[in-house]
Amino acid sequence: MKLNIMQTVVLAGVVLAGAAIAVTTLERPPVQVTQNGYRGVGMQQLSNPRLAEAMAARNQAPQSIVSVPDVGPKAGQLYKNVQVLGDLGVAQFARTMAAITAWVSPEQGCNYCHNPNNMASDEVYTKVVARRMFQMTAALNTQWQDHVQQTGVTCYTCHRGQPVPAYNWSEDTKPPRLAGLSAGQAGQNMPRASVGSTSLPYDPFTPFLEDRPANIRVQGTAIHPNPKVPGTKETEWTYGLMMHMSTSLGVNCTFCHNSRNWSSWEESTPQRMTAWYGIRMVRDINANYITPLTPQWQAHPNGPEGGPVQARLGHEGDALKVNCTTCHQGVNKPLYGAAMAKDYPALLIPQSR
Amino acid sequence: MAMLSFEQKYRVRGGTLVGGDLFDFWMGPFYVGLFGITTVFFSLLGTALILLGAAWGGTWNPWLINIAPPDLKYGLTLAPMREGGLWQVITVCAIGAFVSWALRQVEISRKLGMGYHIPFAYSVAVFAYVTLVVIRPVAMGAWGHGFPYGIFSHLDWVSNVGYQHLHFHYNPAHMIAVTFFFTTVLALSLHGALVLSALNPQKGEPVKTTEHENSFFRDIIGYSIGTLGIHRLGLFVALSAGFWSAVCILISGPFWTRGWPEWWNWWLNLPIWH
Repeated sequence: MKLNIMQTVVLAGVVLAGAAIAVTTLERPPVQVTQNGYRGVGMQQLSNPRLAEAMAARNQAPQSIVSVPDVGPKAGQLYKNVQVLGDLGVAQFARTMAAITAWVSPEQGCNYCHNPNNMASDEVYTKVVARRMFQMTAALNTQWQDHVQQTGVTCYTCHRGQPVPAYNWSEDTKPPRLAGLSAGQAGQNMPRASVGSTSLPYDPFTPFLEDRPANIRVQGTAIHPNPKVPGTKETEWTYGLMMHMSTSLGVNCTFCHNSRNWSSWEESTPQRMTAWYGIRMVRDINANYITPLTPQWQAHPNGPEGGPVQARLGHEGDALKVNCTTCHQGVNKPLYGAAMAKDYPALLIPQSR
Repeated sequence: MAMLSFEQKYRVRGGTLVGGDLFDFWMGPFYVGLFGITTVFFSLLGTALILLGAAWGGTWNPWLINIAPPDLKYGLTLAPMREGGLWQVITVCAIGAFVSWALRQVEISRKLGMGYHIPFAYSVAVFAYVTLVVIRPVAMGAWGHGFPYGIFSHLDWVSNVGYQHLHFHYNPAHMIAVTFFFTTVLALSLHGALVLSALNPQKGEPVKTTEHENSFFRDIIGYSIGTLGIHRLGLFVALSAGFWSAVCILISGPFWTRGWPEWWNWWLNLPIWH
């Protein structure tokens, strides 16, 4: 086969462009693989040590503050208006306050929540929010051990030194292409990080991660599929959520599932159970802790008066809510399983309300 | 097996790669050659070992017989026979048999003074297999990355390895391979329909010729690739399908550890529209 000069140029161009894309976008060996199923089943987690390094640097737990003996009068007796943590001795109380400040508002300091002239006052709204978050953290560590295990969570698990956790979600019912020929596609074909850059519906959170959630299960329980629901559309919402979970945890589908039978608990890994509780935990957080605080944020949509200016609400006016990424941030155990909470006993006992 | 009257003239001496005249003979209609013997050796040994694996495995249900590769912990070393070593030996037998068969095709091609189109085409399929059980496992550092030998078990492997990358349809080489497979099927169906139509005219009509076939496609799409060209095209699209299949699994793991949808972020991030 003889090519003329134009054909040669076009062919060479295609080959060179393909090679350039491949070289600049792909990874390279060696890779790291862990097996989490019987040999030959193909249930494995892949990672690239070059990428894992950067991930590890972003997910280091901070040093624990030197522990103090639990002596002295109780904080609740000594100070006014202590509705949570009142059972701590004053030294432990002060240490816990110092830790929260480092975890949530290291630059802003104590005054981010407190009026320095009257520490007991609730006039700074962030204090009201922080109190509720304390109750939430304690609830997660005591009632949701099916998910957080004995490791537990602290403010830092989500906040990472920032007043507003970096990874959150809010309502997004008005995506681009709401009108015109490409409208009415159920949120598909708008590659977003929320669904791992797939064509799947871009918001799998609203249907599944609030109270009164839709059913995630879409696989039929009988030989013949149920003709009514769930249909293809419901299935794609579920797959969108699963993409979110995978990318949040930095794992692939086989971390929890044997894909030969997705719904089978017998063939799934124990991690699937942890994830199942995690989904329920996130719903609890959003429905019972985050959403009820919405009025506080509506009153201060850009944070406290002293700044910095940072949105507290989504662009549709709802609260910034929690999903898997909020804690996990690309790692299957947040902060690589660093057990921070055990150093702060107040986080491990139920707080009032 | 009846021998066709014209077969005699195909029995040409020489053209062997190894062994000179030693194995240059026929058994019935079959050319033997050194590579015929090694093919039979590896095939029989491999099949016997598969039966041994089935006996060890506890089921004779043909769907469920499974001879699995070693655990990843064995890396690129030999594993105990009952823990994947058998898979390793069977893999050696399979490659031995496939390569022998290709070389036997080479010898026959040389005898007949043909080009090497047939061994080349067959080698693409062998290359795809070797990619799965040797090249990719070596690139990933463990024989355990090979696929298990079993009807259901290899399907489970395919499914799970696909889902290791969240959504395999976003694998660019998989896209190319699938496109070539469909194109192969389309081309074959068009070609087959054309030939059968030309050779099976309606009652009372004469058998049509090549020019008739050319006219048909010139009428439909303005171009006929011709009788020789269609076979070149068919070979190209079919081999490309196999080749890109090998590429698509080779890049999954050694050259990409994340979900395939994420790979396309380079496209989304092109400065033209980002």
